[in-house]
Amino acid sequence: MIDETIDGTLRWVDDRLGVAKGGRTFLDKIFPDHWSFMLGEIALYSFVVLLATGVFLSLYYIPSAHEVVYHGTYRPLDGQRVSEAYASSVGLSFDVRSGLLMRQAHHWAADIFLGSIAVHMARVFFTGAFRKPREFNWIVGVTMLILGIVNGFLGYSLPDDLVSGTGIRIAYSIIESIPLVGSYLAFFVFGGNYPGSGVILARFFIIHVLIVPLILLGLLGAHLGLLVKQKHTQFPGKGKTEHNVVGSPMFPTFMAKTTGFLFIVTGVIFLLGGFAQINPIWQFGQYEPYQISYAVQPDWYMGWLDGALRIMPSWEWVGWGHTIPLEVFLPAVIFPGLIFNILLVWPFIETRHTKDLAYHNLLDRPRDRPKRTAAGAAMLMLLGMTFFASSTDVMANFFQLPLKSVLWFFRFAVVLAPIITYFLTYKICLEMRAAEGIGKRKRALIVERSTTGEYVTVESEPRPGDGSEELEAIPVPTFIDLVPPELATGEGVRRVMR
Amino acid sequence: MSDESPKLEGPLPPAALDDPHLQPYAKHPEGAQLVAAVAMVVGFLGFIGFGVAYWVVASTQWEAITLGVGLLGLGFGVTAWGKYLMPQGPFVEERHEFHSTEAEREAMTAAITQRGGMVVKRRRLLGGLFLAGSTAMGIVLLFPLLRSLGPKPGTTLFETNWKKGSKLVTIDGRQVTVDDLEVGGVLTVFPQGYTGSSPDQVILLRLSNQLQPLAPPGRTSWGVAGYVAYSKMCTHLGCPVGLYQEQTQQLVCPCHQSIFNVLAGAVPEFGPAPRPLPQLPITVDSSGHLRATGGFNQAVGPGFWERP
Repeated sequence: MIDETIDGTLRWVDDRLGVAKGGRTFLDKIFPDHWSFMLGEIALYSFVVLLATGVFLSLYYIPSAHEVVYHGTYRPLDGQRVSEAYASSVGLSFDVRSGLLMRQAHHWAADIFLGSIAVHMARVFFTGAFRKPREFNWIVGVTMLILGIVNGFLGYSLPDDLVSGTGIRIAYSIIESIPLVGSYLAFFVFGGNYPGSGVILARFFIIHVLIVPLILLGLLGAHLGLLVKQKHTQFPGKGKTEHNVVGSPMFPTFMAKTTGFLFIVTGVIFLLGGFAQINPIWQFGQYEPYQISYAVQPDWYMGWLDGALRIMPSWEWVGWGHTIPLEVFLPAVIFPGLIFNILLVWPFIETRHTKDLAYHNLLDRPRDRPKRTAAGAAMLMLLGMTFFASSTDVMANFFQLPLKSVLWFFRFAVVLAPIITYFLTYKICLEMRAAEGIGKRKRALIVERSTTGEYVTVESEPRPGDGSEELEAIPVPTFIDLVPPELATGEGVRRVMR
Repeated sequence: MSDESPKLEGPLPPAALDDPHLQPYAKHPEGAQLVAAVAMVVGFLGFIGFGVAYWVVASTQWEAITLGVGLLGLGFGVTAWGKYLMPQGPFVEERHEFHSTEAEREAMTAAITQRGGMVVKRRRLLGGLFLAGSTAMGIVLLFPLLRSLGPKPGTTLFETNWKKGSKLVTIDGRQVTVDDLEVGGVLTVFPQGYTGSSPDQVILLRLSNQLQPLAPPGRTSWGVAGYVAYSKMCTHLGCPVGLYQEQTQQLVCPCHQSIFNVLAGAVPEFGPAPRPLPQLPITVDSSGHLRATGGFNQAVGPGFWERP
């Protein structure tokens, strides 16, 4: 009965759209079974959580700097004059049921979204998955990362609390630092001299909830569309070639696993949202441009920019009646611009260097590409050092060190550590390549003692995943003879002995 | 296992139920099913719990734990079903090269360069005009997109509301008198009528209690009765320079740790800030209120292109 219904519905749709052929192929799509392929899924599913929780938040948040008197559940704020944005953010945290859970889950999802993108990207980079024919998808991915960082900043700026307001102030000054057009741009974006004409929250809001998510959705569609069209890369292994993909089919195996994973990612985010406090804006208080607190750090994905600003020497350029605040412009505009551009064009840098124009569907082991791996490690070290430099004040306090020493340490470390990392990684890669039997799964050795007191070493039984016992990969069977095997005698039933 | 590699094209005969590729990964499928089932039951109960928690308890933690258990339970159940109980293959699909044939590529190029080229070469004028028109459109459409957003800076970045005679008031609007601060005390002040204004924020410090003004060399007349006043906007990125360390006589910006020497005229002695905090000249009037004797002699806050 249900089979007939599905058949009938499908025929009806197929008459009009012709979906059967492509749809079947899609259900047969093969997903390689490797844990590192789920990093992108974490990003995808945290994005889903971001959209869902974001819609919830947008129903309560008011993007307005208009001053109101707070009267809500949070007693310490009672009677204080705050902005409508801040009042509504505190209100949706305490006076809307599930509001705090949703807000904190939204914030955690954003941090996880960008974190998983970063790790996913590292996986793609170090295994060379960005090579021909996947340069487009690499560029789409890097663009999504940039947009994600921008939207994260815009998002945590919305509550108009003391910490985020300070961030907006810094953003204004960064725009202002651009030579020639900086002050004009800052005035246009903010509608005047800081804090502007009171439009900035409304502008941030619409960019945060509409413009960037729309672009992200489009890029996400392109990212996944390209993935389906170009098919997955895979690690080398038994039966895996440049011309095939080996793994689990879209339907049902991968679909079940990935649906489960969607639930798991969502579950983890909501548990964090309920139990790990994040961005307690009611403790920071309303933003006032003349107030500030200690240990003002941005969200983690902005840390590298904040760190770069901190360790930059005070090299303001003054001459010919003009000022170029290089101490801001270099670390906050040129530095990220450089990093993102290197990321965007990396596939082409590498092609230029290797002169390799072949298709690559099999992934590299990082050690087999020592220069790329070393370059990637150096980049991570550079970003890691600038990231840690964003907490110079906290470190100085925690380790009881003079602030100046901590700062000088990072000024040197940011330059030296990536260089050292490059050569160290390069050397390690070469050593690893030279080591014998590396990369092969080793069987455990069992030491046995015989009755005569003699010790012998024997190899353990082969285990699944050894590569020795694996079956030959076959195309996904479309038709399955559902008759139990002991009764099946029909012609053409394919039977492979176990 | 057959000798020839599996055929990847063409219709295949139906697979039998006991085809090894269709077997689950689990050695003991019944046990795996039990695990998945328990997880899903826990998940189901979790969601029911969320419903109860939402209506009855209304606590963030209870909502989170129930929702989390629901999602994780169901998630682990479905994942276990997929991982341990569904056909494990391995299955294979062939890649098809997506590039077109050489003939198709040539045809595409020809369609653009020859068919299109013909049209453009015949009507260069129209092509040029269309290009000019759309370029003009592109440029002028940027005007409302950008220029409507805000005013031009003009000289506003150089101006504050401090002028000769401005009374120093606190954030509550109370006038500051010469007795308000002890030595070592600091206060954020604004020009009367402009409390809370960002560019006008000034940090007032009392460095001594002698009538002798204590201020940087050359600007000794800018302070009064041990008071000095500096713009509170950091010259690095405009954060309020809110930390005053009395022992070392330093003002510290909590954002990026620029440190200014108060006794030397708030010159930056450490960190990324490039310039001293502009000083506001102040005096005390006959009724004991502090007043500015003029505005700032330069733009306050971070640097920008138009700043000389």
